[in-house]
Amino acid sequence: MADADLRDLRVVGRAQRKIDASDKVTGRTEFADDISLPRMLYAKLLRSPHAHADIVNIDTSKAMALQGVKCVITGDSMPITFGILPVSQDEHALSPKRVRFIGDPVAAVAATSEEIATQALDLIDVVYQPLDTIANVDQAVSTSDPLIHDYGDSGNLHKLIDLEFGNVEPAFENAHSVREDLLFYGGNTHLAMEQHAAVANWTGDGKLTLWSSTQTPHYVHRALAKVLKLPPARIRVIACPNGGGFGGKSDPFNHEIAVAKLAMLTGRPVKITLTREEVFYCHRGRHPTLMWVKSGVSQDGKIEALHFRTLLDGGGYGSYGVASTYYTGALQTVTYEVERYKFQGARAFTNKPPCGPKRGHGTPQPRYALEVHLDKVAEDLKMDPAELRLKHLAPANSLTANYLRVGSIGLGACIEKAVSESGWHEKYGKLPYGTGVGIACSSYLSGAGLPIYWNDMSQSGVQLKLDRGGGVTVFCGSTDIGQGSDSILAYIVAEVLGLDPLELQIVTADTDLTPVDLGSYSSRVTLMSGNAALEAAERAREILVKHVAEKLKVPKTRVSFAEGRVFDVEDPENGMSFAEAVQISEAAQGIVGTVGSYRPPPSEGRYRGAGVGPSPAYSYSVAIALAKVDPTSGIVTVPKVWIAHDVGQCINPVTVMGQVEGSVYMGLGEALMEDMAYRENRRLVHKIPSMLEYKSPTTLEMCDVETIIVEDPDPNGPYGAKEVGQGPLLPLPPAVANAVYDAVGVRIDEVPITPEKVLKAIKDKARGKEGRYGPTSFPDIPWPEPTVVPPPWEGGDGRARKKTTTPAESSGGGSAGSGNRETGKPGART
Amino acid sequence: MARRRSESTGGRTVHFTLNGEPTEVTIAPHKTLLEVLREDLRLTGTKHGCELGECGTCAVLLDGKPVLSCLVLGLACDGKDVRTVETMADGPKLHPLQEAFAELGAAQCGYCTPGILLTAQALLEDNATPTRDDIKQALAGNLCRCTGYLKIYEAVELAAARMRGEAAEPTTESIYGRR
Repeated sequence: MADADLRDLRVVGRAQRKIDASDKVTGRTEFADDISLPRMLYAKLLRSPHAHADIVNIDTSKAMALQGVKCVITGDSMPITFGILPVSQDEHALSPKRVRFIGDPVAAVAATSEEIATQALDLIDVVYQPLDTIANVDQAVSTSDPLIHDYGDSGNLHKLIDLEFGNVEPAFENAHSVREDLLFYGGNTHLAMEQHAAVANWTGDGKLTLWSSTQTPHYVHRALAKVLKLPPARIRVIACPNGGGFGGKSDPFNHEIAVAKLAMLTGRPVKITLTREEVFYCHRGRHPTLMWVKSGVSQDGKIEALHFRTLLDGGGYGSYGVASTYYTGALQTVTYEVERYKFQGARAFTNKPPCGPKRGHGTPQPRYALEVHLDKVAEDLKMDPAELRLKHLAPANSLTANYLRVGSIGLGACIEKAVSESGWHEKYGKLPYGTGVGIACSSYLSGAGLPIYWNDMSQSGVQLKLDRGGGVTVFCGSTDIGQGSDSILAYIVAEVLGLDPLELQIVTADTDLTPVDLGSYSSRVTLMSGNAALEAAERAREILVKHVAEKLKVPKTRVSFAEGRVFDVEDPENGMSFAEAVQISEAAQGIVGTVGSYRPPPSEGRYRGAGVGPSPAYSYSVAIALAKVDPTSGIVTVPKVWIAHDVGQCINPVTVMGQVEGSVYMGLGEALMEDMAYRENRRLVHKIPSMLEYKSPTTLEMCDVETIIVEDPDPNGPYGAKEVGQGPLLPLPPAVANAVYDAVGVRIDEVPITPEKVLKAIKDKARGKEGRYGPTSFPDIPWPEPTVVPPPWEGGDGRARKKTTTPAESSGGGSAGSGNRETGKPGART
Repeated sequence: MARRRSESTGGRTVHFTLNGEPTEVTIAPHKTLLEVLREDLRLTGTKHGCELGECGTCAVLLDGKPVLSCLVLGLACDGKDVRTVETMADGPKLHPLQEAFAELGAAQCGYCTPGILLTAQALLEDNATPTRDDIKQALAGNLCRCTGYLKIYEAVELAAARMRGEAAEPTTESIYGRR
């Protein structure tokens, strides 16, 4: 979008209140647990006290006999499996035979009160046959006995990936310098303030309604239809406003399906609200990830070859894990030029709550590893780490080695501004012992290019209804989780139709009323539902323009919309109210309504695995952290962070600022303290399933933040907008780790950067050792045959090179890429 | 239905002033103030994040002081003054804190917001000119996972200035960032 066009905008880019701000500050927003229906029952789930066990018998008779108990169900009532990904349909609403982590639900009770339902849980007799547990990835790699699932790529390894974009080995041999590092990113969780809740209602006409605190009503709709064997047309899922999501409410959950089944069996509304402890068991948060990274760089730091290995601790079920695993290898290439790239990723099943998508989904871990690694590379080359990054940015409008299409990239401007605002050059390497600065960059998707289940349909849809009173109602399946997606719809439609956004009616996240939107995940909503809203609004505008132009007797190009009027731009007095414009249009052609839809451009990779990583646009961020390290205690404090984020174009700068600051906060928590810990010697019980013991930053730990907004509009975004909800989290952990090194000269290659780790590294260094805390080995993984995809500049067309027929050649990964090089199109990097 | 359940568990009647109005309610004796407000009185503006006194979400004002309503028994409120978020606005007019939170985007998902607003209101009733550190200390028991607290501080400062009669506006940098 040209600057001249943006200057004419009246809503987009200007500070606005969110359309639901008044409800939010008065407590009127109705969250799922605020819903109460006549004759409503209350449900509780009985959860497994064993991390791994077979269920021998469940006796519910005593619970059923308790006064007030209306229904008790077990896994036999819902034998069909579900799961968010088509390739991982491995969950039961209630486990019928096998439990796989402490907290895995086995029975559900509906009673006239929550207290009675809770009492009834104690009356359910379950006989378990405990099994050996798989506590960690090392055990998962080394043994298939016991096997947690009967599917997966190898034993307890759920997923194995080996992708090769050019042959890295000769590039390592020819590089100026080569470096290898091992890093570990600990698991952490979303900790949304709202506990998950759902209310189900089954009416006599055979229709089911579920209200839920979900980020993905469409996928919940599909899971309910599958497990309950109901036609989707008889199921209505309404996503209530979420009291925070961060990815923790993006899977279909046991409790949503169980409560629906209980409503069907009792004929009464049933509500369930998880306790905070249960939310910890639901988890689906950050995968603990072990990483090995090797780069070969030129003398000035250009990455000639990059080899990345990740090993994810997935917990007891698949969840989004296959996608998460691909994501740990996908976005390394979109920030800096990488000539050749090899990625090997593995996800293990373990007997712990399942991991899944948390803000940044699978990318904060490798970003931490890459950015700490680059800090070390810069030191090896005696280069300033900011300069090294600035020198080798991925070019705008280019294809990466793994066939991701980089559109606009404001990363250079982000680095320059963050460096200048922070006084980087006066601080880096120059602050007194105990104080330091660190820099890191990152990038994130503005929406996953592909839907979760394969289909050719829209990923987001919007309907507009124009009322003859001048009211406009926007219908869209998108789900407001606090990020302001309802407001974004209003701003965009109001911009096109010249209205005040607060006057519009917004109806969202209701599978009966609204066209589909796939959900609030992968930072997709502003771009995708925004583009759908833009299309619907422009179509409505076109209709009004036609009839108003006829009425005013002016050419259509002269009809303009602003401040609730439609008028001749060359004679603004010659016009009518917006309501009158709708009325004459309705009189001429009938009711005025339009639709808009959005589907991302097809991904350019054609290899297996190419579906994870493509996005219509990538956002870019840079963080510079100032850290203070107390060398006697190891305590790290972060007084200040400078963050620059390329958002393409702000739709509403107020919500952009909120997302950036919130991301910095959450990234800081991950960097310093947040940790999902389990007692391996106590049968994998969660160590700290409470908000007190799971440490997250309070007002006293939160840093000052200076936010720099960079706007490098992307042609694929509505008005050029890209994402902001997740990207700015990513550079925080590596920036803090790099700042700790600048402060006290020790490398903390493991997140969170807790005082004991820092202190140990400082003490080691004082004893003449390396001064590093982090992992020391990467287990041997039975990697599969690599999928070999020559990069664009080596003649690749995005497809995997066909496997040769002779076994000798197909196993010769080391020689990959040598044959096709000559067919490379010169200047393929366009 | 609440009444019937209360009777079955030996309901007790408490009298207190709720949002300025005398209130009589028969409650189960084990119920917390949080449960009394949300379940017996249907005032769902008060939210909950843990029901264990760890997150601050359920804060209400008891005799003008912020308390965690999940840790206070309903019975213990007999004769006391209880204020919830529902009483912050003056009729249709938002409280200056509510205005400032709406203006600055200090409420994102809005779930922790009622507890934070009431805690901030108690602070401002005690101290009309709080420093940034005073605000941090006052809100140290309220977790918020969306905002990183920064817009909350700015909103409290903005509201405090307006309540002192100053014609305060948010800074450009606070809304648009540095460019």
